[in-house]
Amino acid sequence: MNRFSLGKAFVPVVGTVALIYLLLPIAHVILFSFNQKRGRNNIMWNGFSLQNWQNPCGAPQVCTAFGNSILVGVVATVAATVLGTLIAIALVRYKFKGRSTVSLLLFTPMATPEVVLGAGLAAQFLLAGVEKGIGTIILAHTMFCISYVVVAVKARVASLNPAIEEAGRDLYASPGQVFWRVTLPMLMPGIIGAALLSFALSFDDFIITNFNSGTATTFPKFIYVSALKGVPAQANVLASIVFVGALLLVIVVQMVNINRQKRLSRA
Amino acid sequence: MAFTAFSANAKVVEQAPKKRGWIALLLLAPGIAYMLLFFVAPFIQLAITSLQAPAEGGGIGQYVAALQFQNYWVALQEYWPHLVRSFVYAIIGTIVGLLISYPLAYLIGVRVRHRPMLQGILLILVIAPFFISFLLRTLAWKSILPDSFIGTDGSVIFGLVYNFIPFMVLPMFASLQALDLRLVEAGTDLYASPITVFRKVTLPLSMPGIVSGTLLSFIPMSGDYVNASREFLGGTGTAMIGNVIESNFLQTQNYPMAAALSILLMAIILIVVATYVRRSGAEDLL
Amino acid sequence: MVDMSSFAEAGADLELVGIQKRFPGFTAIEHLDLKIPAGSFFALLGPSGCGKTTTLRLVAGLEDPSTGKILIGGRDVTALKPHKRPVNTVFQSYALFPHMSVLENVAFGLRRRRIGDPVAKAHEALRLVELDHVADRKPAQLSGGQQQRVALARAVVNRPALLLLDEPLGALDLKLRRQMQQELKQIQQEVGLTFLHVTHDQEEAMTMADTVAVMNKGRIEQMGAPEELYELPRTVFVANFLGQSNLFEVEVAGTTDQAVQTALANGARITVPRSRSERDSGQITVGVRPEKLRLHVQEPTADASINVIGPGRITDVSFIGVSTQYTVEVPGAGAVQVFAQNVEAGPAAHLGDQVWLSWLAEHTFGLADDRLETGALTADFSTQAIAAQAAFAGDGE
Repeated sequence: MNRFSLGKAFVPVVGTVALIYLLLPIAHVILFSFNQKRGRNNIMWNGFSLQNWQNPCGAPQVCTAFGNSILVGVVATVAATVLGTLIAIALVRYKFKGRSTVSLLLFTPMATPEVVLGAGLAAQFLLAGVEKGIGTIILAHTMFCISYVVVAVKARVASLNPAIEEAGRDLYASPGQVFWRVTLPMLMPGIIGAALLSFALSFDDFIITNFNSGTATTFPKFIYVSALKGVPAQANVLASIVFVGALLLVIVVQMVNINRQKRLSRA
Repeated sequence: MAFTAFSANAKVVEQAPKKRGWIALLLLAPGIAYMLLFFVAPFIQLAITSLQAPAEGGGIGQYVAALQFQNYWVALQEYWPHLVRSFVYAIIGTIVGLLISYPLAYLIGVRVRHRPMLQGILLILVIAPFFISFLLRTLAWKSILPDSFIGTDGSVIFGLVYNFIPFMVLPMFASLQALDLRLVEAGTDLYASPITVFRKVTLPLSMPGIVSGTLLSFIPMSGDYVNASREFLGGTGTAMIGNVIESNFLQTQNYPMAAALSILLMAIILIVVATYVRRSGAEDLL
Repeated sequence: MVDMSSFAEAGADLELVGIQKRFPGFTAIEHLDLKIPAGSFFALLGPSGCGKTTTLRLVAGLEDPSTGKILIGGRDVTALKPHKRPVNTVFQSYALFPHMSVLENVAFGLRRRRIGDPVAKAHEALRLVELDHVADRKPAQLSGGQQQRVALARAVVNRPALLLLDEPLGALDLKLRRQMQQELKQIQQEVGLTFLHVTHDQEEAMTMADTVAVMNKGRIEQMGAPEELYELPRTVFVANFLGQSNLFEVEVAGTTDQAVQTALANGARITVPRSRSERDSGQITVGVRPEKLRLHVQEPTADASINVIGPGRITDVSFIGVSTQYTVEVPGAGAVQVFAQNVEAGPAAHLGDQVWLSWLAEHTFGLADDRLETGALTADFSTQAIAAQAAFAGDGE
């Protein structure tokens, strides 16, 4: 017996509409990576072509920008993850004066619009006479990623069962060994999640980058600058590659998790 | 998923009592030093810059340290419409976004809770936009939407809502996922109709997620300038305060103006957020 | 639809007709026909996974039966949603609304039904469970026992025709549990509601209920007053689940119109009254409760009204306080449990003693089925079914 009601249909319908709203442009971007090239614009559909895929670096600067984004992402992620993890552990596990100030210091960047962060850093670099380029971009990205890493890792640290580490100490491991062999491995999923989040934020960042990059270009900046004249389809190609790659990664991780759960319940 | 950390309902295990010691300072020092240098100092720098005066006989971009407080007054006089417009866009965008995102979060966190496979797929679809440049996606909307619509207030709001849906869905999903459905059952057992159960049980208990999600969207929306710029979804009458700050800083190099506007933007946001958080009783989120 | 505005000042009867409930992967209820008269305290007793909680949820409306009908007070409520049924549940997890005060929790149902003066009535219910002084606190500030009482008040205040209790005393310590058992029984009688109590604790079921139904693997195995079930179990499961039993595999040697004569493998005779035996031919299982047995150091004189087995050796002696429990190995009968009340201070017999056991034939019972070869209480569910059940019940964490 089925209790169908209009009320019950509301959520799935609106939810599906929201999903379509979210995904339609993605489909558009991927589709237009296959667009036949005619002129500089990639706005009108000219026919299906594999040209752009065969020549992904064909447009000037697109691969340099892409490469820069990856470089910046990796460096900033490593730095932010290390610094952020240490802070997260300190915040959850240790008592010290000024805990709330530290918390505030870390969470305010998330509450600050990127415009303000970007302008502030740029003013700072201006005063210090530092030339804007890849280096300043990396410094900027590391800064805003630390906050997100701290939040993500903090949650993971708080969910650890302290009894496991105590068992480690009971079994003759020194505090350092407990950290390396017990705590850190248990934190690893959270740390990896935080790192992926950090990379994603850095890779897609535009506003802060725009203020602090000088002549250097990253992938988002390249797109913004070419938006007026026409974004080359190669950008779509590269973006699609990243998209598919990230999607596959996430799907694989999910499948592994689900399989693990299935195996455990299949006695 | 790391995003569930942003919900106030994250699972917490009872911890051993916190330790004291200098190790804490060792762990904190590098990170805090970094933040002081690259976050706090820039703010101070912004404040200083906002008070600068044009250098005597200097060209574009030449300013000297001063205490020219009237920079703020000038900034307000010239750009108050942009400030107002930014916050109006942000408020409308947040409300519309909330109306779209909550049902989606409810669908994933409550309705398909018993089917982890489907839940996983839907979550992946929600975060999928993060894997592809938001600039390209916004440009895609520019192609898809009719030309007559582009450049209006509506199209900017459309873009703002679009770009921040995942930021709203994920914290609300985390809250709803943690909702104990037995409480919903208790509500129906006690004669509450489905709508009343939603109003009296589900909604109050998912409030932390709603507060998180709306803050994570409202704040960036107010400072956004990509959606409102002409190359994207904006037109001549849609410039937001972000556009103004950007053009003042990077093009006309009027640093004091840009800095003053930044500080004004930040101040207004802080006031709005503080009031909002206090009213919804979610201080422990910070 | 049942008139919601003023409920029973007395309970209503509950009838389940031909109920079956299938879930993907397992069947929770095979076939259920049940009638609970108005105003009675009814207990549904069984081990985990037997289907008792599912039955409760079906009555509350939180699940739909795959087939069958549910009638409350004579009206078919099968199609009604929970908020339209005159039924309230005291949940195992209490399910108190964490964001509302205790008073608001208790007043919740009254407000939904627009009953006049909800606050006064809520206070009255809280006084009934002696918690009026914490009316303004939040549930998180109360102890487990207090939360349980609030959950009870929240349900009872609505004077439902039928009150469902889902193992509500499980989380309480022994003393508190005993106290609550008494209070529940008192409230039920005072207010005259019909209670349906689901539990795996047989002592609880027997102390509180007027009628007990023992459920196993989706079916009711036996139903009746507690004494009836205890003194005359009809299946191996009931004999072992409700208290303890000594079971003997015997062969029927002959019958009279009063009695069934049986013999153990070693020839010893056991007489069962005809009215107390489910079967009267072939290989059957008979049994007797341990407290009905008497220990003898010499072979007792034969008597038609007494069954005697032995001699056997005492292999275990456990002093319980009120009684002493002996395990006696009797060749041909196996290990036999004897509970002897400690009328005298000091043990009646010692480890290693040779003893005979006797009991009144009228205390013997003959079962409808036999013990499984493995000696297990019931056949195991497949692990897949267990996992399916666990996954299904997994939310709310």
